Amino acid sequence: MRARVYVTLKPSVFDPQGRVVADALQTLGYDDVRDVRQGKFFEVELEAADRGVAEARVAEMAAKLLANPVIESYRVEVL
Amino acid sequence: MKFAVIVFPGSNSDRDAYHAATAVVGEQASLVWHKDTDLGGADAVILPGGFAHGDYLRSGAIARFSPIMPAVSAFAARGGPVLGICNGFQVLLEAGLLPGAMVRNRGIKFVSRLVPVRVDAIDTPFTRSCSEGQVLRMPIAHGEGNYFADPDTIATLERNRQVVFRYVDDAGQTTAVANPNGSAHAIAGICNAERNVVGLMPHPERACEAALGSADGRAVLQSVVKAYAEGLVAGRPAIVR
Repeated sequence: MRARVYVTLKPSVFDPQGRVVADALQTLGYDDVRDVRQGKFFEVELEAADRGVAEARVAEMAAKLLANPVIESYRVEVL
Repeated sequence: MKFAVIVFPGSNSDRDAYHAATAVVGEQASLVWHKDTDLGGADAVILPGGFAHGDYLRSGAIARFSPIMPAVSAFAARGGPVLGICNGFQVLLEAGLLPGAMVRNRGIKFVSRLVPVRVDAIDTPFTRSCSEGQVLRMPIAHGEGNYFADPDTIATLERNRQVVFRYVDDAGQTTAVANPNGSAHAIAGICNAERNVVGLMPHPERACEAALGSADGRAVLQSVVKAYAEGLVAGRPAIVR
C-alpha cells in the first residue's frame, strides 16, 4: 500500500524559504502571489491489511519522525 | 576529569572539541563513536557541531536515534553535564533533552562569523566561571539556528532563567541587528529545567585560543572543569547559586 505524507511548518512558524520563493515569483511578474509556504512530501510504501491500518501506522511514523511536532504539522493520505 | 566527545557521521567539530578539552583546558577526553553504547566513564559529554547524518530530514533528526543516545539521555537524567554545540544543540532539541526547535535562519543564508554572546545565567556547569552579563565573542556557523518554541515554552524558559546565552551587540544589548538568525528572544543557548544540559549555537571550542580570533569560549569548558572540581556534577544535585 502507498501513503503520502505532507509536512508543513505550522502557521505560527515563520517560513523564510517560502517567503523567498514568494518574492522570487513576484519578481517573475506573478503579482497575484500573496504567500508561499514550503513543506516536505513523503511517499511511503508499506504492507498493511487495510487502509485504516495503513493510515494509523503512517500517522504514527509522521508524529515520531517525519515531522517535528514543535514546528510542523502533517497530513496523511492513503492511496 | 574526562570528557566524552560524541562523533556522528558528519560531525566536523569533534576534533576541535577534543583539542579544546585536552590541549587547551588540560583534561582527558575520548572520541566516542555514535554506534557505541556507553560513555566510557566520562564526567561530561559534548555533542559537537557539524552535519550529523548530513542533516537529512531535519538537523539532528536522525542522530537522536544513534545507539549512543540512550547513554547520553541516562547520563543527563543522572545530572551529568551535557553540552550540545551547534549541530549538537539541534540533536538535543530533536532528542527532547531541551525544549523547542530550530528553523531556517530568518535571512535564509548560512551565517559564519564571530558574534558577541551574553551570558544570562551562570548557574549551569558550563557558565559557572563566567560573570552574569559577561559578553563572550564566539563564532557561529549555521543555516538553521533560528530558535523557535511556542509562547508558553518561551515564557517558561524566561521565568526559570533557562536562557543561558543571548545574541547581543558589542555593548551587550539585544537588538534586531545583533540577532543573526531571527531567534526568538535573541536566544543563542538554553539549559534544561535541571540546568545540567546546555545547548548553544555559537562554538566555544572554536574560540579557545587567541590565534583563532577569540579565546572567550574557553570559559565554557573551564566552567565545567571548575564545577567538577567542586563536586557539583555527575549525578549530584543541580547547582544552586
